[in-house]
Amino acid sequence: MDARVNLPVTEKAKLSVRNLNFHYGSFHALKNINLDLPEGKVTAFIGPSGCGKSTLLRTFNRMYELYPEQRAEGQILLDGENILQPGLDVSLIRAKVGMVFQKPTPFPMSIYDNIAFGVKLFENLPRAEMDERVEWALKKAALWNEVKDKLDQSGSGLSGGQQQRLCIARGIAIKPEVLLLDEPCSALDPISTGKIEELIHELKSDYTVLIVTHNMQQAARCSDYTAYMYLGDLVEFGPTAELFMKPKKKDTEDYITGRFG
Amino acid sequence: MSTSQPGVAAAAATERPSLGLSADKMAKHLARKRQNRIALTLAVAAMAFGVFWLLWILFETVRQGAGGLSLQLFTQSTPPANATDGGLANAIFGSLVMVAMATLVGTPIGLFAGIYLAEYGRKTVLGSVTRFINDILLSAPSILIGLFVYALLVARMKTFSGWAGSVALSLIVIPVVIRTTENMLNLVPNALREAAYALGTPKWKVISAITLKAARSGVITGVLLALARVSGETAPLLFTALSNQFMSTDMGKPMASLPVTIASFAMSPYQNWQQLAWAGVFLITLGVLSLNIAARVFFRNKQ
Repeated sequence: MDARVNLPVTEKAKLSVRNLNFHYGSFHALKNINLDLPEGKVTAFIGPSGCGKSTLLRTFNRMYELYPEQRAEGQILLDGENILQPGLDVSLIRAKVGMVFQKPTPFPMSIYDNIAFGVKLFENLPRAEMDERVEWALKKAALWNEVKDKLDQSGSGLSGGQQQRLCIARGIAIKPEVLLLDEPCSALDPISTGKIEELIHELKSDYTVLIVTHNMQQAARCSDYTAYMYLGDLVEFGPTAELFMKPKKKDTEDYITGRFG
Repeated sequence: MSTSQPGVAAAAATERPSLGLSADKMAKHLARKRQNRIALTLAVAAMAFGVFWLLWILFETVRQGAGGLSLQLFTQSTPPANATDGGLANAIFGSLVMVAMATLVGTPIGLFAGIYLAEYGRKTVLGSVTRFINDILLSAPSILIGLFVYALLVARMKTFSGWAGSVALSLIVIPVVIRTTENMLNLVPNALREAAYALGTPKWKVISAITLKAARSGVITGVLLALARVSGETAPLLFTALSNQFMSTDMGKPMASLPVTIASFAMSPYQNWQQLAWAGVFLITLGVLSLNIAARVFFRNKQ
């Protein structure tokens, strides 16, 4: 069961997907996915709209459970432990697997509280340590210099790019091991996008980062591994350079060269 | 301009700068502008019609009521007919107590029911049934609620009482608060909920710290709306609290209220009673208005 399916032996698998099927009601959205995701690396998921890449991402923290008509079958092993097993408290998974969404979603509270909110759920930190943690997360998300003088102001007063970095800071403040990014730059201008891509580079030293993107240049720029998906199937997975330079499958080649999609 | 013959429209088009747009495109453009003007005129007229009556009512309220404002209005109870002094102290006190009671009881019930409908029972059978019944309750004539509480409490306790009045008013507060709370929570984007859940936040915490907070000003507006509505309700109090010509702080006894006092005084032939009725109307209007303004100012500053 634990035999790796796709990783070179030099990589340690952080997440292993085994025979994963996903249904939206009667629609079969993910078809028997088997995949190992390397620890401490950035893996990008690409593919045309509706191919299931966001759906796959949302199984890694069981986000789909908010919607009763959605269900997943199979296994997803996080450090060898199946996170899809019934009876496991999803809050525990989400403490280890953070997520940043397509649109920035600052909470209706101050910038400081936006970061502290998640931390308080799992840790009882004295004020001074909380201050340190907030500063650390904001620095990590390359936002500290822009907001350090207005931590008590509302998070919704920031620009779109700043809000998204605030959300990333919020995500890493609880010190997860895996960070899921669901098209984090699609609502941002090129400068903000550049900042977030730099950030992704920085983050991979501490986290396993999985990013869904529509932008192939982005995938090529900031990921170590890339998975190409189409119509609910995992078509090809491999080191990014390899997948983009000499894809093994014709479908992948057609998509990345723009002949299709 | 007013004719639709293409030739004339084209002629009109040549008179103004048309950026070289062809005559039929120009005609279409002018027709669209005409429609826009008509729609705008109708909308402004409708607004003016509404505002006209509103301002007239407000003007009359101030004109007739402001003169009756005096210290004794707040210190003395309702006088006998044709007396020279007297105020509305008993009615003001009764209204304040019963409206406050109804709001205090009705708000949490309405709030929690609204939260249930929006966050837990969105698609459940219980949710749909509750929503349907609440809609009926929302549009139920208030006299029906008065009669219901009469049968439930007054008839059994064998006395009209301030408690019964509060219960009747809270039955009006509840559906309004439920409705607005649910609507406001439904307006909170799901992305915000997902973001909160993605941090591992438990459901009650997502609701209390994130969604309710995001919907806060709307929810409070709903409570104020309910408060404003019950401040002026007469029918449910007629059958429950009745009225009392003396100052009474005993909630177990009949209790005076502004709307009921206004109703009986306004229809009386006595000059001093009529004057007090106008003063009462002015007080309610002023109270509701200043409460609304205060809440708006307070919550704008907080944001």
